[in-house]
Amino acid sequence: MKIHQLSLFLENKPGRLIEPCRLLAGAGIDMRTLTLADTAQFGILRMIVSDWERARAMLKEAGFVVNTVEVVAVEVPDRPGGLAEVLEPFQGTDINIEYMYAFPTGTVDRAVLIFRFDKPDAAIAVLQQAGINVLEGVQAYNRIRE
Amino acid sequence: MSAAINVTTHVFHPASAPDYIPLPQMRQLQLTRLQAVVRRAWDHVALFRERMAARGLKPEDIRSLEDVHLLPFTVKTDLRDTYPFGLFASPMQEVVRLHASSGTTGKPIVVAYTKEDVEVWTSAIVRCFAACGVTRGDVVQNAYGYGLFTGGLGAHYGAEALGATVIPISGGNTDRQIMVMRDFGVTAICCTPSYFIHLVERAGELGVDVRSLPLRVGIFGAEPWTNSMRKHMEAAAGIRAQDIYGLSEIIGPGVAIECECQDGLHILEDHFYPEVIDTETGEPVPDGTEGELVLTTLSKRAMPMIRYRTRDITSLVTESCPCGRTLRRMRRIGRRSDDMIIIRGVNVFPSQVEAALLAIEGTVPHYQIILTREKGLDVMEVRVEVTPGMFSDKIGAIEDLNRKIVHVLDQTLGIRVAVRLVEPHGIERSEGKAKRVIDRRNLEQ
Repeated sequence: MKIHQLSLFLENKPGRLIEPCRLLAGAGIDMRTLTLADTAQFGILRMIVSDWERARAMLKEAGFVVNTVEVVAVEVPDRPGGLAEVLEPFQGTDINIEYMYAFPTGTVDRAVLIFRFDKPDAAIAVLQQAGINVLEGVQAYNRIRE
Repeated sequence: MSAAINVTTHVFHPASAPDYIPLPQMRQLQLTRLQAVVRRAWDHVALFRERMAARGLKPEDIRSLEDVHLLPFTVKTDLRDTYPFGLFASPMQEVVRLHASSGTTGKPIVVAYTKEDVEVWTSAIVRCFAACGVTRGDVVQNAYGYGLFTGGLGAHYGAEALGATVIPISGGNTDRQIMVMRDFGVTAICCTPSYFIHLVERAGELGVDVRSLPLRVGIFGAEPWTNSMRKHMEAAAGIRAQDIYGLSEIIGPGVAIECECQDGLHILEDHFYPEVIDTETGEPVPDGTEGELVLTTLSKRAMPMIRYRTRDITSLVTESCPCGRTLRRMRRIGRRSDDMIIIRGVNVFPSQVEAALLAIEGTVPHYQIILTREKGLDVMEVRVEVTPGMFSDKIGAIEDLNRKIVHVLDQTLGIRVAVRLVEPHGIERSEGKAKRVIDRRNLEQ
């Protein structure tokens, strides 16, 4: 139920982002989605790629500090209240969302949310019990590409 | 004294008399004191006796001043290895003061003074201040740190013994320093040169023009500085800026001082016997040649230092000085032979930074220390390459790590540092020895 997200440490200065992008482009690895978290001094590039194991090996080889974490992908209707419905079941639990990001899919009425939970397994159980569509790994990658 | 040989603009202070001892008498005095201090160290300091024995030497073998070259060196690690009291030559009943300064491993080095030592120290500072034209009636703002650091109390006792009015304000709280300087009619100040530059700039921001105040002399030490800094300070504050030299291991400030000629520092060699040696071979170099300054305390009782290697690089000037003092001079200290850096008067070794990082991470990441000067103050930034073990996908976790490194360095070094996490290979690799310190403070002469 969980998918792998790669995170990269980048210094917050001109020209830093392009290097990992070039590297993955050269290897034909598709960045399905990404988000950049930043502070004044550094940034963290978080991304979901088509072939995370190969991407991780390549990035490490190139000298990047790469961290792999399991995140949860959830499909929601792309309409007002879509996110709120996903968050509702967590009220009253002690599960914390460390961070999340969202993006629309190719289909008009669906969006995919990526969650970094402190307790991913418990979170998946809560989501499934609420009838929310937690995407399987392959499914998620494909959905993101649509 | 005729005007022809006395260019001094200062009133002669009686305490300065030993500065003018004729050379034959000075050498005789030094020999007598050297023999006594060697005997004292032999009698009371086991490490010294062992080293003498290893060379087949006895105190009575020191028959002339040249024989000082026979004696074993003392180095900073000797103080660390015998921590805390192993080099004391006086029982604790006779020790009236302890000071400490940072060592290479976080453990401080401890120095001791008997009542007589404090008197010698005080008289040395009196002579130094007198050489800078400070006298009774002067109002001295002592902005050296009071505490374990020797600077504060050393300067305090000396200025007081001189009959000056001492303001024991210690370091920090710049706005209050400026208020006191203006309101109390301060005429002389002691602090680190970088702090003074900061103070003058801050005064400007507060609308106080230091040039319009009665302040006329600054006695600056505890960190290396340059002639260009002198010009800047003298112009910006309307003062004379004088260099004072000293180190805790020898006594504290008061080992050497610039006279009004500002052309090298006179070593108070009736108490501190100077040599300059080749750093590699340990052999003495000819006068005028650069090398490492080695000092022997001729009068110290609680903690005699025999041939202490200061790691400060200088050369001895033997030509007579127009001021009339017979004391030999040394060139200003521009650099050191080890990797110690002096930041805002605090001694820092890169190895301390390394130990702190090791304590946090369990490994030593690549790091580099960048020194800059902002608004006249030394700023130390430690750049640390992020390792996989340190990295997290969570911003908060990385910021916590950054804070933790700042905190541990703070605790270890005793000064505030900035920490910047950089990408792997973000720090340039040099061939061979890693370049741990980049000093951009413009300490050129």
